[in-house]
Amino acid sequence: MSQNINVNADGGFAHGGGRTINLQPITRIEGHARIAIQLDEAGNVADTRLHIMAMRGFEKFIEGRPAEEVPRIVSRICGICPWMHHTASNKAVDGCFGAKVPPAGAKLREFMQALAHINDKLLHFFFLAAPDFVMGAGADYGVRNVIGIVGAAPELATKVVRMRQAGQMMIEKFAGKVIHPVAVVTGGFSKPMSEAERQELLAHCREQLDFALFCMEYAKENVFYKLDEATLHLGGIKTGFMGTVNPTDGSLNLFDGVLRLMKADGSFHDFTYQEYADRLGEHVEPWSYGKFPYARSWGEGFSMDLDQPRGIYRVNTLARINVCDKISTPLAQAELEEFRSRFGRPAQATMLYHWARLIELVYACERCLELLKDSSITDNKVRGEVAPKAGRGVGCVEAPRGTLIHDYTTDEAGMIAKANIIVGTTHNVAPMNMSVKQAAQNLIKNGAVSEEALNKVEMAVRAYDP
Amino acid sequence: MPVKVAEEWLGSCSGCEISILNLGETLLAVLPQLEFVHIPVLMDHKYYGQTGSGDTHHPEIPQATVGIVSGNIRNAEHLELARKMRESCQVLIALGTCATHGGIPALINQFSDAELFQRYYRETETTDPAADPDDPALPRMLERTFALDEKVKVDLYLPGCPPHPDQIAEAIVALLEGRAPNLPEKSVCDTCPTRREGKGSVKKIRRFLQNAQFEPGQPLDQMRCLLEQGLLCMGPVTRAGCAGSHGEDPRCVSARVPCRGCFGPVKQGGNQMLDMLNALASNGIDVKSVPDRLSLLRFSGGHGRLQNPTRRAKAGC
Repeated sequence: MSQNINVNADGGFAHGGGRTINLQPITRIEGHARIAIQLDEAGNVADTRLHIMAMRGFEKFIEGRPAEEVPRIVSRICGICPWMHHTASNKAVDGCFGAKVPPAGAKLREFMQALAHINDKLLHFFFLAAPDFVMGAGADYGVRNVIGIVGAAPELATKVVRMRQAGQMMIEKFAGKVIHPVAVVTGGFSKPMSEAERQELLAHCREQLDFALFCMEYAKENVFYKLDEATLHLGGIKTGFMGTVNPTDGSLNLFDGVLRLMKADGSFHDFTYQEYADRLGEHVEPWSYGKFPYARSWGEGFSMDLDQPRGIYRVNTLARINVCDKISTPLAQAELEEFRSRFGRPAQATMLYHWARLIELVYACERCLELLKDSSITDNKVRGEVAPKAGRGVGCVEAPRGTLIHDYTTDEAGMIAKANIIVGTTHNVAPMNMSVKQAAQNLIKNGAVSEEALNKVEMAVRAYDP
Repeated sequence: MPVKVAEEWLGSCSGCEISILNLGETLLAVLPQLEFVHIPVLMDHKYYGQTGSGDTHHPEIPQATVGIVSGNIRNAEHLELARKMRESCQVLIALGTCATHGGIPALINQFSDAELFQRYYRETETTDPAADPDDPALPRMLERTFALDEKVKVDLYLPGCPPHPDQIAEAIVALLEGRAPNLPEKSVCDTCPTRREGKGSVKKIRRFLQNAQFEPGQPLDQMRCLLEQGLLCMGPVTRAGCAGSHGEDPRCVSARVPCRGCFGPVKQGGNQMLDMLNALASNGIDVKSVPDRLSLLRFSGGHGRLQNPTRRAKAGC
């Protein structure tokens, strides 16, 4: 079997020359990817590829299923962000059936989605990304991980583990299941929130906000303010950006709004979820099971050329922080202002994804508190009328890893006739390929390949939190 | 001496790994007794050497006492890694329903790869039509999705989508103590406190388009059994365990949503679809009222239970 999984001597690259470096698995990410770096005869980087190694086919195998069941199936696309798929999918089914979600149902959906963002950001920053900064990019791989952090900074690690754990358990207590959730349903939510639950969640979210502010200060002092030029520009590329904003004031919105597609020069246009297929295209390469979305509406085609990329935009935290005009909550807004004063708009440095991630952490905590402070979230009417019928619905949310799009068409019995899904990470497949190439070209010269250099190439991927 | 542990994910979503992390402080407590030698979600150990110069025909996974594998086997890479894990580990644990029974992604077994690729690479609303990816760097798809034990010997099964952290902890602690783990053997129904009033009142299953009937804020034992409310609840034919080991309620039912069977059949070799249809029939419920009956196997479609119609026809069944 082994010949089937391995890059051949020429690695499938068009041009041979020197040897191929095969970095696999890409670690501290979610999923299966491999980096192949083709060296030329002088030992410099001729080409690189980030291969997406697996595909499962959710778009196909949900065909023929009752649409209202699908949000409990597609959650399995991602075990880190199942709430995002669960919620976007329900929005798409609402659209197919013309279901109207009562206000409390919509608030509960948004609250759960924001709560899930909090845990996700703690996971990514501390468990997956921080080892490169806290232990050092060149530290031995045996300690360059969260277990190493437990050894080096036990107090911090214990606090992070405890807060993330509390967040997960809080979701489970209120909504039944935290990984692969079930509580969002077509037309709304499966159960109302009681007053006692609201009070308990308020106390929890206040604690989460305090912790988020502590994390931001910790990260600034220990990581962000200390980023040297070389690290800041690791995997640096120049692209456009996309994310959801509030249609009325252009503010950051993780849950609902319009999509804003920004060019690298900062100009942008907004469009509704339903228009996504007119604006975006997906390119296919023979060497990746994952597709390569691009901005079709720019009319420039698709190219991952580092100097002259065409159609390339990025999603996820840095993109959202770039496309929004402001943030509606005060503490996150203050962080945004500091960020913009330092890096401008749009900020391009790939490592700034981490900083933007923690700004969003603060926002998610503040937004949870806003939603909980309004006692109308406890209204008992949480689910509207749902009647299966033929229709089409496009459901989107901003997942931690970027804009998540579920587009379903149903038949008259309300079964899925066809589906198209673009997940957050997929938008970033082309940018990640470019960042890998940029990093590899800068870090590997004259055949000298160190473990540290290769880990830095992976850091360029990890920033996108794929 | 800490016990060496290797962990690998195959066709999976990472939910099982997040469930391991959800052990939280329990994990911190047992950490000094464990030495992870390979776990891609957390640690940078590579298959082909740390500088990517090793023999790409032989992925390397260090020797370990305990091997944990999540996910199913869908492609040639999964198969090779499953075999490598078996070779490197003394005890092999199948973690999660994808590994134990195929899991949700085994629903693709109802379709052919040609149908999948046609839709995915040529027909979707956004795709610029192109040939199927075929670079030698990409692992070849196998003929269908397999559960782990269809390809390698498994010593311990921990089903669940995902498994509850309590069962993961119990398995780890039992292995450290050198005893057999104490894992759930009953059905979800056996652990569900909802009120049952008896057979006969429901003749047809209804789709979950309206919420269950219950008094908000009241405990679960005040709510009538969801099956008796006419909702398809797979509690009778699904392994218990989602509630953990501390007397909590089944997770989906506690959200007032019916069970869909994510811990797989009550007995490892059981058939959730046949068992559920039998359970409905014996309660006087018309089994034809269940839409998409094959999706009763949505978590346990490995082991050849879900098949593509053309392949079924070829096999003469």
